[in-house]
Amino acid sequence: MLEAHGLDCERGGRTLFRGLSLALGPGETLRIGGANGSGKTSLLRILCGLLTPAAGEVRWNGARIQSLREEYARNIVYLGHAPAVKDELTGAENLRAACALAGLAVSAGQLREALAHFGVPGDKAVRQLSQGQRRRAALARLAVSWAAPVWLLDEPFTALDAGAAQLTRTLLGEHAQRGGSVVYTTHQDAGLHDSRVIEL
Amino acid sequence: MRVVVWRELLVAMRRRSDVGTVLLFFVIVVSLFPLGIGADPDKLRVLAPGIIWVAALLSSMLSLGRLFAADYADGTLEQMLLGAAPLGATAAAKAFAHWLVSGLPLVAIAPLLALQYDLPAGLYGMLALSLLLGTPVLSLIGGIGAALTLGVRGGGVLLALLVLPLYVPVLVMGAGSVEMASAGLGGQGQLLILGAMLIVAAAFAPWATAAALRISSE
Repeated sequence: MLEAHGLDCERGGRTLFRGLSLALGPGETLRIGGANGSGKTSLLRILCGLLTPAAGEVRWNGARIQSLREEYARNIVYLGHAPAVKDELTGAENLRAACALAGLAVSAGQLREALAHFGVPGDKAVRQLSQGQRRRAALARLAVSWAAPVWLLDEPFTALDAGAAQLTRTLLGEHAQRGGSVVYTTHQDAGLHDSRVIEL
Repeated sequence: MRVVVWRELLVAMRRRSDVGTVLLFFVIVVSLFPLGIGADPDKLRVLAPGIIWVAALLSSMLSLGRLFAADYADGTLEQMLLGAAPLGATAAAKAFAHWLVSGLPLVAIAPLLALQYDLPAGLYGMLALSLLLGTPVLSLIGGIGAALTLGVRGGGVLLALLVLPLYVPVLVMGAGSVEMASAGLGGQGQLLILGAMLIVAAAFAPWATAAALRISSE
């Protein structure tokens, strides 16, 4: 159960939102909508603990996430605006590093399968891939992250073609069905069955 | 932690030119002095430890800017902040990898460069040993500076201003140990202090780096 109470967010002297509260249980999908610069990414970063809100707090199963730190981090997957892949490494090496960093024990076979699922060449350096393929390489992490109950995704559908967007939608849907929670930002309708929507 | 070191080394191996530039910078700086000062062996012998150490300081600093900048730009830093391991451990791994790539080669090549200064044969070991103990401290302290100046405009110069004063004790002890040994006074005292600095830096610097990373990534 992810809860936020009375969140205030200020960036660069400007108030983005005030007194925002939300609660997200298992199997729920939350869409954060709003115009550019309305604070979608900031809210997402607050929810995963990368950003400290000006007021209010975020709780995971009743405990403040600042006091849980790594314990909370093991329960979430955050995919930010930047794809978090190293240009010099191959898709497989990137995915392996990302999983190890997140504390996920994943076999080589599972890694290959996840990359193949998203159609990412595993043995090519990421620098040789297109923008959309990079995005796919980052999203491949979702295919091996069933164990983490909360997925926080920043604009997951940008730079994706129709096929990859559909794959991602299916993955998010399956995750929610298995009792996971999904929070994602978008400024367009992504065609997911959102159980909640916040417009900033 | 192991995966961070593995990834850093892999990236460094695929960007060999970056590693090479730092090493080449060290070689060139050290080699410029004999050309500028002239070929008086007595003079060079006295100056050698100080010059080699200052050059090591500068080249270690040269590569610090990249320590977290690339991770910050491509988003991997956020993943490290949200990693399953404590951020301090990740920062320690980053500093260790930085040392392996930009400190250890200096240790290996310094005795060779010292030939230009006609350093007495007995001092090569001392020089390498002092660098072996001192360069990891540079990477550890430098990590704090690199984390603090992350995302700051003109961060490179700021980093130098921030980090170089903190390098002074390492320089004094490192160059001092070789000078002491050349004066026939051993120099073990300075080496022990360098060792103590390394232990203290290894214990505390990664946590300071972690705190700085959290602040600058907000």
